[in-house]
Amino acid sequence: MVGFVIVSHSAKLAEGVVDLARMMAKEVPIAAAGGLEDGGFGTSFEKIQRAVEQVYSDDGVILLMDMGSAVMTAEMVLESMEDKKLHMADCPIVEGAVSGTLSAEAGSTLEEILEDLAETGTMKKLS
Amino acid sequence: MNTEQLIAVIHQIAEKIEAEKAFLTELDNVIGDGDHGINLARGFGEVEKKLDSLKDKEPGDVLKSVGMTLVSTVGGASGPLYGTGFMKLGGAVRGKDSLTVPDFLAGFQQAIEGIMQRGRSTKGEKTMLDAMIPAKEAMESTWNATQDPKAAFAAGIAAAKEGVAFTKTIAATKGRASYLGERSIGHQDPGATSFTMLLEIVGGAV
Repeated sequence: MVGFVIVSHSAKLAEGVVDLARMMAKEVPIAAAGGLEDGGFGTSFEKIQRAVEQVYSDDGVILLMDMGSAVMTAEMVLESMEDKKLHMADCPIVEGAVSGTLSAEAGSTLEEILEDLAETGTMKKLS
Repeated sequence: MNTEQLIAVIHQIAEKIEAEKAFLTELDNVIGDGDHGINLARGFGEVEKKLDSLKDKEPGDVLKSVGMTLVSTVGGASGPLYGTGFMKLGGAVRGKDSLTVPDFLAGFQQAIEGIMQRGRSTKGEKTMLDAMIPAKEAMESTWNATQDPKAAFAAGIAAAKEGVAFTKTIAATKGRASYLGERSIGHQDPGATSFTMLLEIVGGAV
């Protein structure tokens, strides 16, 4: 099953997104990589690396990021683990986590999930 | 510049960033998330701890190690950006025991390209690139005209300072400040400011 890593500047936000996704997708490997090692705001290369290792399988791992350094640091982690099947998704972090994990639990491949997640950002909430 | 001189310069950069930590953070408080100085000081503090173990390495490896440490320890956007810059600079001068102005310029160009790619950014978006790109161009033209390292760095530093002043006049379209849009006008970019500090230290050692 495809795994997920939630990368955020905030530890609470990352953990909250993980909890929210687990409400519906109970079996999916998903880990939070939020904040710095000391709990402060920011993104930690090592935390992201550890989270990837924690949920990794040959089916691959999708990373969802909030913004700025979360995106750039996740990208550098990917470059440092080139032998692994890792991809970043370009989508809203909350909606993407919920829809992506549900899709993974239903047996979708990493490529299929990435395709779905690309659509997540265009979904309207008020129409 | 050999490894010993390079390590001395990096120590000076770390000291400068530590001394300017509050100023850089204050700049970032206004248009960003208020962590630029603190983050960079944490990163260069970790860099300093490693410098002793790099004494026997070539300059390119020292620069790469500095970059990797910044990526791992800064925690904000300046980590991947400066980290990529130092790693690219290090990669460009691989195999050299001592760095000349042309080596530095070639590495500087690689660093700019790496940072543009990493930040998906270009000149005129109120970022460090607004100091870096004019600085590199001014250094290169002055070097070509005079072959004088001091004059080249002086021209680069002057252009970087002009670049910082220019960032005050434009709205941010990249980074956290872009969420402020027009309200970011009137404030100088913290990344362009810290880059200019770095270049001044390097120039002072030439």
